[in-house]
Amino acid sequence: MSRSVASPSPPQPTRRLWELLLLVFAWLIGLLGFLQVQWANGEGASAQLWVTVTVVGVLALVSHGVVQWKARYADPIILPLATLLTMLGLIMIYRLDVAAAHKAEINGNPLPSPDVYAQLTWFTVAVILFIAVLFVVRDHRTLQRYTYTLGLLGLVLLVLPLAPFVGTTINGATLWLRVGGFSFQPAEAAKILLTIFFAGYLVEKRDSLALVRTNVMGVGLPRGKDLGPILIAWGVSLAILVLENDLGTSMLFFGLFVCMLYIATQRRSWLILGGLLFLVGAVLSYVLVSHVRIRVTVWLDPWTYSDTSGFQIVQSLFGLANGGMLGSGLGRGFPNLVPFANTDFIISALGEELGVTGLVALLLVYALLIERGLRTAVSVKDAFGQLLAAGLSIVLALQVFVIVGGVTRLIPLTGLTTPFLSYGGSSLVANWVIVALLLRISDRARRPDIATPAADDALTQVVRRL
Amino acid sequence: MNRPIRRIAFVLGLLLVALVINVTVIQVFLARDYRDRAGNQRILLQEYDRERGPILVGPDPVARSKETGDTLTYQRMYSNGPLYASVTGFYSLVYGATGLERTENSILTGKSSLFVVDRVQQLFAGRQPHGGAVTTTINARAQAAAFNAMKGKRGAVVAIEPSTGRILASVQSPSFDPNLLSSHDPAAIRDYYNALTADPNKPLLNRPIVALNPPGSTFKLVTTAAALESGQYTPDSVLPGPATYLLPNSTKELHNWNGKACGTKGQVTLRQALALSCNTAFAWLGVQLGDAALRDQARKMGFDSAFQIPLRVATSHFPDILDPAQTALAAIGQYDVRATALEMAMVGAAIGNGGVLMNPYLVQEVRGPGLAVLQTTDPSTFGTALTTANAATLTDMMVNVVDKGTGTNGRIGGVKVAGKTGTAQTGNDNPAVAWFVSFAPALRPKVAVAVVVEDAGAAEVSGNGLAAPVARAVMQAVLN
Repeated sequence: MSRSVASPSPPQPTRRLWELLLLVFAWLIGLLGFLQVQWANGEGASAQLWVTVTVVGVLALVSHGVVQWKARYADPIILPLATLLTMLGLIMIYRLDVAAAHKAEINGNPLPSPDVYAQLTWFTVAVILFIAVLFVVRDHRTLQRYTYTLGLLGLVLLVLPLAPFVGTTINGATLWLRVGGFSFQPAEAAKILLTIFFAGYLVEKRDSLALVRTNVMGVGLPRGKDLGPILIAWGVSLAILVLENDLGTSMLFFGLFVCMLYIATQRRSWLILGGLLFLVGAVLSYVLVSHVRIRVTVWLDPWTYSDTSGFQIVQSLFGLANGGMLGSGLGRGFPNLVPFANTDFIISALGEELGVTGLVALLLVYALLIERGLRTAVSVKDAFGQLLAAGLSIVLALQVFVIVGGVTRLIPLTGLTTPFLSYGGSSLVANWVIVALLLRISDRARRPDIATPAADDALTQVVRRL
Repeated sequence: MNRPIRRIAFVLGLLLVALVINVTVIQVFLARDYRDRAGNQRILLQEYDRERGPILVGPDPVARSKETGDTLTYQRMYSNGPLYASVTGFYSLVYGATGLERTENSILTGKSSLFVVDRVQQLFAGRQPHGGAVTTTINARAQAAAFNAMKGKRGAVVAIEPSTGRILASVQSPSFDPNLLSSHDPAAIRDYYNALTADPNKPLLNRPIVALNPPGSTFKLVTTAAALESGQYTPDSVLPGPATYLLPNSTKELHNWNGKACGTKGQVTLRQALALSCNTAFAWLGVQLGDAALRDQARKMGFDSAFQIPLRVATSHFPDILDPAQTALAAIGQYDVRATALEMAMVGAAIGNGGVLMNPYLVQEVRGPGLAVLQTTDPSTFGTALTTANAATLTDMMVNVVDKGTGTNGRIGGVKVAGKTGTAQTGNDNPAVAWFVSFAPALRPKVAVAVVVEDAGAAEVSGNGLAAPVARAVMQAVLN
């Protein structure tokens, strides 16, 4: 990670044309998906469909234009992948709208307001924030200056649902804020803020955290006084779990912190320690928290509880099974039978209608997106940027794994949103901010920057003022 | 820091592999097991999610699917459920399907290979396959006439068009309401079904094609046909017709239904014997002809053959081995001879159709979801039951039965009706079964009818008294 000479880089191709072509391709895939839902519905294409497809197209073009303007050298694949995922989510939300409207029509009930419009609005907000990030954060290293401010803000957001008046418990988990008519999941914003905090903090402290005191069986153990941060992260995660009943967020934060700690220090001992702490936490919470015990029991044997606490996961498995190899086809399955089909269980809804083929393709889209993020982390020259890009990619990866693994019964079910796909504003906006940050960092990594010498040594790095 | 990032990337790759393996196991290898698990509504929903095609009588749907508001999208509705229950059967969540609902399921659901073209279109349009329509051969007026005439009686009516084999009416009595078995309320379905099965009159029994009864004196048509076909008898052949007939090698005596000798001095012509339904004369005649000739004739008229119309018809039976005493009883439709109403209608139809027996059928045509006719049932010949000349002779004798004999209640003004009454003992203590087999007009008949009324009185008159009016009503409905 050190470069001897700050020589002028040869001019890099910006590859923005690729981005545009891939965006068009992603949009066409989405269009086909929407049309398939409409055909399956047996009626002509609705206004909702054209509005949604048009708005997505416009937003994609605008975001592309902003990237062209503000981050010319950014990775050309990240934006199309995120757009594709968002559009796939919109398709499924629209498809579930169609089912809900159909049911209401037959029952003579008033038509429910379409979720797809709400999600489209959130997507617009997300793109606005995406643009704002690209405009405001001209250089990701600026963020390092606000390490502790952002860290504190993240922590506050995490505990805010517990606060009186604004905190709300929905479906058993206290992870919502309700202000005015809007509800908001602060954990989604917190995950970005805390990733920035972890990156800034670890860049500062990594040398001391990397110190080895003793060697046990070839594994260097950290000094006792350096255990503080990991213990605090562990404690906070357990607190989230116990106080907010949010197993998913808890696992996400602890996993993220341990991974970033490992990357910063290159000490496997932190991974081992983190793993041990995770196990202790898992056993403790299993014994002490009834909510966790139920999750695990249902995970091990959902069939016994298929009418009660296992209902959701069993319905999810039924949906997946119905999808089989190729899926029932969009609009032709019964994803509406699974509770929370457009939020927590959107993966099983997609798995039912697109089959294992579509689901694996979807997972590969995620994998590709995360791979681009990690590639950015590897290629950027400053340590903070590396840690931040890696952290953002990892938080995305862990979230996908926890929720997809949960609804497919690989691991116990926890209530995390599915990045980009799930219905819900906080999650969509947060993930688009992550995309903006990754694009910003990748732009930095590939920019032929003659004026700025590579600030590769983070410890002595001078942060430029804007 | 690149090395740890690559290591983390590798671990994340492993997590991806785990997810992929896991969903593959669920969606490919465990899928079948999950589909069959209790609580999985999807198979049922899939079936109920398609618009099942209608069953039509003429242009009118007697069974059709209607969209409902509950989780099962479509519900099966039967207009005039009890009237057509014998034809449509039911389509139940709990008890599966019967009748045409069962035999034509692949057409009604749209899964039949007949719909390949439609399915390809639907595939491109991404639409749910719709079911095809099944048009029955039923004549609405004949069906209604039979149903109304059978009210309060236990039994069955079958009407056939002799020249084609089309089934014009198939009525069971008592009947049931398939609507109540096809609802979306399993508890109510079970209650109704249990009540039906507990009913001693067995309303669920598809009597026209499933109930086997001894045909009694209507079987004398078969015996007469065998006699004419043997070439040794004409309508004017004289037979002994005493009041009692001692069964060969037996001490058992056979009585005429009125306890009197037939004709003058116990001598009777074959024509008179049929008109009077003279048991002793036919018992004697059966023994003269032998069981092989009777069996042969019965089989030519459809006995011992399995028919599917496409509903599976119970096989009417003429016993395989008979001694002379049993032959005598079989000749008058007793002993172990058993026939469905459909079979006896076929006997009448064969005689009316110049001796040619047509295969009976209930499905006229199949239409695709776009209402294009995809398949039409063409009439097919089962075989020649008797020569045209003998058929004409026998028809003439049957007209005589209605005009001057036991079947006077079958008369229709202005139309020559050919018929034969029957009353059969089903066992020592069981009440008799009344029959009437007829066709009209006698020349080139448009309809052949068999009526069976179970639980009838003991006398021969019951065939004329109970069954003949029903047959007359059905014939009139077809002819007018």
